[in-house]
Amino acid sequence: MDTWRPPVQGICLPRSASGPARTGLSPSLTAQARGGGDQRAAAPAQAPPPRARDVTVPRHARVDVPVAFRKEAQRLTMANAAEQWVLVEMVQALYEAPAYHLILEGILILWIIRLLFSKTYKLQERSDLTLKEKEELIEEWQPEPLVPPVSKDHPALNYNIVSGPPSHNIVVNGKECINFASFNFLGLLDNPRVKAAALASLKKYGVGTCGPRGFYGTFDVHLDLEDRLAKFMKTEEAIIYSYGFATIASAIPAYSKRGDIVFVDRAACFAIQKGLQASRSDIKIFKHNDMADLERLLKEQEIEDQKNPRKARVTRRFIVVEGIYMNTGTICPLPELVKLKYKYKARIFLEESLSFGVLGEHGRGVTEHYGINIDDIDLISANMENALASVGGFCCGRSFVIDHQRLSGQGYCFSASLPPLLAAAAIEALNIMEENPGIFAVLKEKCRKIHKALQGISGLRVMGESFSPAFHLHLEESTGSREKDVKLLQEIVNQCMNRSIALTQARYLDKEEKCLPPPSIRVVVTVEQTEDELERAAATIKEVAQAVLL
Amino acid sequence: MRPGPGGCCCRRPVRANGCVANGEVRNGYVRSSAAVAAAAAAAGQIHHVTQNGGLYKRPFNEAFEETPMLVAVLTYVGYGVLTLFGYLRDFLRHWRIEKCHHATEREEQKDFVSLYQDFENFYTRNLYMRIRDNWNRPICSVPGAKVDIMERQSHDYNWSFKYTGNIIKGVINMGSYNYLGFARNTGSCQEAAAKVLEEYGVGVCSTRQEIGNLDKHEELEKLVARFLGVEAAMTYGMGFATNSMNIPALVGKGCLILSDELNHASLVLGARLSGATIRIFKHNNMQSLEKLLKDAIVYGQPRTRRPWKKILILVEGIYSMEGSIVRLPEVIALKKKYKAYLYLDEAHSIGALGPTGRGVVEYFGLDPEDVDVMMGTFTKSFGASGGYIGGKKELIDYLRTHSHSAVYATSLSPPVVEQIITSMKCIMGQDGTSLGKECVQQLAENTRYFRRRLKEMGFIIYGNEDSPVVPLMLYMPAKIGAFGREMLKRNIGVVVVGFPATPIIESRARFCLSAAHTKEILDTVSRKFHFPKRMLCSKSACLSDEINHLLVIMVSTHLFAGEISHLLILMVFKHLRYLLVIQSRSSQCY
Repeated sequence: MDTWRPPVQGICLPRSASGPARTGLSPSLTAQARGGGDQRAAAPAQAPPPRARDVTVPRHARVDVPVAFRKEAQRLTMANAAEQWVLVEMVQALYEAPAYHLILEGILILWIIRLLFSKTYKLQERSDLTLKEKEELIEEWQPEPLVPPVSKDHPALNYNIVSGPPSHNIVVNGKECINFASFNFLGLLDNPRVKAAALASLKKYGVGTCGPRGFYGTFDVHLDLEDRLAKFMKTEEAIIYSYGFATIASAIPAYSKRGDIVFVDRAACFAIQKGLQASRSDIKIFKHNDMADLERLLKEQEIEDQKNPRKARVTRRFIVVEGIYMNTGTICPLPELVKLKYKYKARIFLEESLSFGVLGEHGRGVTEHYGINIDDIDLISANMENALASVGGFCCGRSFVIDHQRLSGQGYCFSASLPPLLAAAAIEALNIMEENPGIFAVLKEKCRKIHKALQGISGLRVMGESFSPAFHLHLEESTGSREKDVKLLQEIVNQCMNRSIALTQARYLDKEEKCLPPPSIRVVVTVEQTEDELERAAATIKEVAQAVLL
Repeated sequence: MRPGPGGCCCRRPVRANGCVANGEVRNGYVRSSAAVAAAAAAAGQIHHVTQNGGLYKRPFNEAFEETPMLVAVLTYVGYGVLTLFGYLRDFLRHWRIEKCHHATEREEQKDFVSLYQDFENFYTRNLYMRIRDNWNRPICSVPGAKVDIMERQSHDYNWSFKYTGNIIKGVINMGSYNYLGFARNTGSCQEAAAKVLEEYGVGVCSTRQEIGNLDKHEELEKLVARFLGVEAAMTYGMGFATNSMNIPALVGKGCLILSDELNHASLVLGARLSGATIRIFKHNNMQSLEKLLKDAIVYGQPRTRRPWKKILILVEGIYSMEGSIVRLPEVIALKKKYKAYLYLDEAHSIGALGPTGRGVVEYFGLDPEDVDVMMGTFTKSFGASGGYIGGKKELIDYLRTHSHSAVYATSLSPPVVEQIITSMKCIMGQDGTSLGKECVQQLAENTRYFRRRLKEMGFIIYGNEDSPVVPLMLYMPAKIGAFGREMLKRNIGVVVVGFPATPIIESRARFCLSAAHTKEILDTVSRKFHFPKRMLCSKSACLSDEINHLLVIMVSTHLFAGEISHLLILMVFKHLRYLLVIQSRSSQCY
């Protein structure tokens, strides 16, 4: 009895407490089980055995309730007359019900269970493709061509061919010109001292390094150059890359990862854009040199951070700016940026390819120009392909920051190191820069001069700082189509070239640029250009522009 | 568990014809018979058995022995111990019991969000730092067959190095990718480069599309196209960037990239920057590639179910960490069958493979036309720097107008261009000598000789029989440092690599063969291995103090099981001890 009782209590309720519908069986079954109705309720257990026999059911279909069980049930109700168990009734009902009914009920219960457990609707199962269908699909598929055809007169298809060195006097497409297009700001490209240093290195090390820095590709020259760059920039450490473009493009993803936030100027150059893309961080673009807009974004982020402080604790924030913007020729307002940096706790990455070796009393770049402590900038990157007239790039800053790139900078770890002769050339170029600090003032003066001379050309607008050695000439009024603008500007470039002034348009990949700058002619000033040449260039541009545009 | 002598014979089955050079035996795939395959399976090796024997004109023997279970377990134990010690030391550092050597954040910026992720730093600080002296060894000579290494010392357990001013002269260079020996500071290449340097200077200061397209570049590109046997070619200033800046020009959204799992970081970066969907197939596994191709075409793009615009397969000629050669004939067959495009990165194979050094396409006797994008670098075989892409004229025209590199990056330095031109002409025999051809042959000979020697000595080496990149498996983390240091003591410079460049249990040493290596040099290198091996085999030696020697033991197929179990117990013990003493050792100069 004890063994039997506990489960019963679990599933059944005393009859007094439950109506017929609560017995757990469907009402019809209960009703059937009741037979005579409620008047039997006083002694429900007495009736079952004789009634069972009354029902005409084939014998084999009857539920065979063991005799012992029935006796037990009777004994129970007899013993506790006050407690009347529904189960007993149910068992009786079950025993009495006709077989077909039980079967029907059973099927219905199973149906309900099935309905409960199966989804209300079923996805139409994709009928598997047969092998033949698959083959047909494969046969049918026609890929696009690997590359779309390029029209013969694509403006970028036919390059200018420079014969001989691309130095101050340059031969472009067979025509001798004065170079106003190469970023050879300090005229170090054909400097005999630089050449001699490179030659000495070539004779000692050969040309290539045959390995990445980690695997016997570190030469003493590389260490020297890193040392010299760090000293020159007055930072703790510098790291060199073998390609200017790869420098900032590798440095950004070394620090900024998925989930981090980067605030970047709209006019940022393509290398920065690619670095940001590789980092997979959240990018917030602020208007070019607009500190109010940057602060607005930073504030928005701050509010966001307050909502989710746990996430904010692991979200790094970076501000990526350029010293002098390649795409606009304008300088970044660094003092304000530094203020914002500390206010909103965002690190500053500064790309100085155009300002390194140009701005500041010693050519240290924007930080020196503004008199800002270089340690306030977390990372400075620049290439050695402009002022230093070599190849490659470098990053400098505190060891805490820079050293990380030795394992995480992709362009550093996975690429062959810089050919030693190029490193040697860069060292010698640094020597020259250190020995002649006056050179930067000369450059600045020349920039100012041509900048002034080019003002007021009808149809062309000068874009860029007056001290920037690379600035842009935009069309004052666009014709409405980029293609036509490009053609017009190219006409100016071509005519200038015919008159011995080598210029070039700033080239962009129209579809790849995040914020495509308007077409422009980029004028580059170098220290080698004499006053005379500067005047002549300005006059030529003016005349040609007038002829073409009016 | 460990392959016995049987495993050995199946690593180079049918030697008789497997060894024949330059494809005299047609279809050397006798070895792919069921018996051999069964033997390989029985020996627990992953053995590449080719089904498409008919596509190959030469034997294709490639072996990747599976890591023995015990070794794998021990390796994990090794990393476990290192990690435990790392935590302990971090704990000590935290409480200032141990001095902190690493640079720290500025005081003013302490409240900024930490610049680094925790694990990354943990690994560098506690694992890499112990054996850091094995990398970035500065050299001060031509990276030729022998190289001078600047001696450096660390007094603070590798946190910083001091240069003693001494130079370790004449270290045998098994690390540089100087396959054909063009890293030279004398000879025609150097002279020509010097001449151009005098004339042009080193820089260009502009991009190709603006005003940095020199006549030298045009000359080089015509030559490269001729060398490769393609319609046109374009060159770039950096090998890494050639991949990362051109793949995005070729594919984009709605396109599919099928990439080998062991592809170089530059290919991975390029694929990621392109915005195309990337799917990875198992290393050099054609079944895996075919399944991906089939599924891609049949099911189209996920969610939208549109068909893919195009499918680009990214493979490398020689995989620099595995030493394996791509199964190019099969890849091309698949690519044709499924109308996919093929991007072949020949960074390591150009110059180093094929009877006349034209790379993996020539090695298999295939038509360069079948490869849509032939990419390669000048860093390795040509002893210069930069990279190229070759292919149909339409492709190159498109790249000239749309390559990121052509628009935004400075072009190749003229003396470097000249080095490439001269060395390439030399390989082509256009300099009037047979020097280039001899170099290519010498490299092939050296490769086969060195690989054979190592195999005979019972080392586990990976890769293809003809691949000049020879990875020798070390497995355990402590051995990385030990091997690198011990070899340098013996005046041999090798490259050792571990996690994350390899899977965690597959740390290895890598030898790069060069045409500049003579037989004597290779003999010296392999002789030096004998020493640790002898130490290994005699019991008394095992108990000697020379812990490092013990650690340099090879997990060799030649060792008998009894010896091994004995040794493994010892190794566990020594391994632990080594970790404790490693610090005192690392302060010695190397």
